Amino acid sequence: MSARGGALRRARSGGLWAGFFAALLALPVVLNAHWLLNIAVFTLMFAVLATAWNLVGGYAGYPSLGHGALFGIGAYAEALLFAGRDVGAGYGPFLAAAPIGVAVALAALPVAWIAMRTRAEVFAIVTITLLFITQALAFNLRGLTGGAQGIALPVPPFAERTFEWPYYYALLALLAVALGAAFAVDRTKLGSALLAIRADEDKARGVGVHVTFVKLLAFGLSAAFTAAAGAIWAYYVSFVYPQFAIDPFIAIAMVLMTYLGGRATLWGPVLGAFLLAPAQQLLAYQFGSSRLYLVAYAAVFLVVILALPRGIVPTLAAARQPGPAYHVSVDRVRARRERIGS
Amino acid sequence: MNNLLEVVGLTKRYGGIAALDDCRFGVAEGSITGLIGPNGSGKTTAFNVISGYVRPDAGSVRFAGRKVRPEPAKMCRAGLVRTFQHPRVFGTLTALENVVVAAAPPWWATLTPRVRRRDRDRALALMEEFGLAGVAHQPAGQLSHGQRKLLAFAAALMSEPRMVLLDEPSAGVSPAVAEVMERHIKSSHAAGVTFLVVEHNLSFVMRLCDPLIVMARGRPIVIGPPAVVQADPGVLDTYLGAWR
Repeated sequence: MSARGGALRRARSGGLWAGFFAALLALPVVLNAHWLLNIAVFTLMFAVLATAWNLVGGYAGYPSLGHGALFGIGAYAEALLFAGRDVGAGYGPFLAAAPIGVAVALAALPVAWIAMRTRAEVFAIVTITLLFITQALAFNLRGLTGGAQGIALPVPPFAERTFEWPYYYALLALLAVALGAAFAVDRTKLGSALLAIRADEDKARGVGVHVTFVKLLAFGLSAAFTAAAGAIWAYYVSFVYPQFAIDPFIAIAMVLMTYLGGRATLWGPVLGAFLLAPAQQLLAYQFGSSRLYLVAYAAVFLVVILALPRGIVPTLAAARQPGPAYHVSVDRVRARRERIGS
Repeated sequence: MNNLLEVVGLTKRYGGIAALDDCRFGVAEGSITGLIGPNGSGKTTAFNVISGYVRPDAGSVRFAGRKVRPEPAKMCRAGLVRTFQHPRVFGTLTALENVVVAAAPPWWATLTPRVRRRDRDRALALMEEFGLAGVAHQPAGQLSHGQRKLLAFAAALMSEPRMVLLDEPSAGVSPAVAEVMERHIKSSHAAGVTFLVVEHNLSFVMRLCDPLIVMARGRPIVIGPPAVVQADPGVLDTYLGAWR
């Protein structure tokens, strides 16, 4: 590893980042149809969600199916803050996404602390239970949430022709921050600690990794971005009700996108979202509300598991760098078999 | 010499079988103590209890003069680390990162770079000694069994422990790697690290360890220098008898 190779790689990755965001900044000018911009808005939203999910599900190896609840709580928080209010020029609700993200993250930490005492399949079941509990609460706390009737948000006075632009750029900004955070996680001891936990948590504990602290830090970051995306989403769709805002489909989508692109990689979740979110939106346009696209989703999941178990980005990286394959799965099996005291 | 580690009355039952049965022994500071005995005599269970991976049914552990309730993270921070019989490395991290992640940095260093210059210098120096410098940037999942074993040992030393528990350091590795192991145990020992070694390779143990603790049915039956242990008729009966 020469210093020059490092500099070249840094320059190339810097160029990639700049090009990626420049293209996305210019996109609304090119896409001048509302239905295309609508797809772009949802694609960015799912890129944020998958990037956030990757911190917990990818780096730490904790397959949360409960992130849909965090998303929904963010959406409801936005709705409760702005329902029946005058939003002026219409930009206040975007700014509110940041404090909502922080507040939801802090509130989620005690729950995560308990849930993350379980692992793997049990953790997945515990978190999906949290999703359905949250949905049941949204149905039944009628005084707060309006029950099944939901809550309407004010429609801002944005110009008709460029109505989607503010949502698009707000989500693009959120994606930039989320990717920046994921980059920071990847390059710091937080990232190596999370990967150590993913590979062998018991061993990590024994070599002095601050297991609980880094798991909660990753979960908090992830929850903040998930809830902030939920807040912007609520403002965009201008209406929240339980089965729409707290939707298992959204929870599954971020998992699937991350798996497709590549877990524990920086660009994998974004790539997964950019492939699947437009496909899903197009299928939804084609088949209306029949949810037939869920069948297509299941098919994608099967293909990923059979053909690309590690996702696109790691598979490409391995193809470019010849050498023996990682023995990660073997390690995990061995670690599980050897897990002491069980 | 003072005992750095002392276990008193440890008992651990799995169903009807007592893996540890009122087990008591001490490990003198600055010693390389060997823990031997036939399969199922409780050596690994003793390791698991001392390092905090298994909670005992009864008994207590004293480390560095203080009574502790062992827990892996706590023992590591107190200066006691262990290795595993089948080496456990973090496969997706590079070999270098495996060593650096085991340096037990304080929690507030979490958001500093994965491998700082200081980490790198220390880790690479350590890996150089272990003959691992050439694979420093390979994912640890690609290393051979022997290399992983050396890597796990090198990583254990990174947190500058007072005491290292080694679980079968020479099992399943080539004679050359076993020799590297032995050399490093000796040089770390000379630098002040106390060792407790579980090992089946008796010639390895006899060369390296003094004293020896011979376990049978969950408790020590003889504790003494190699010559005494070798001459003890009880040891021949239970230990070597079990082999025949």
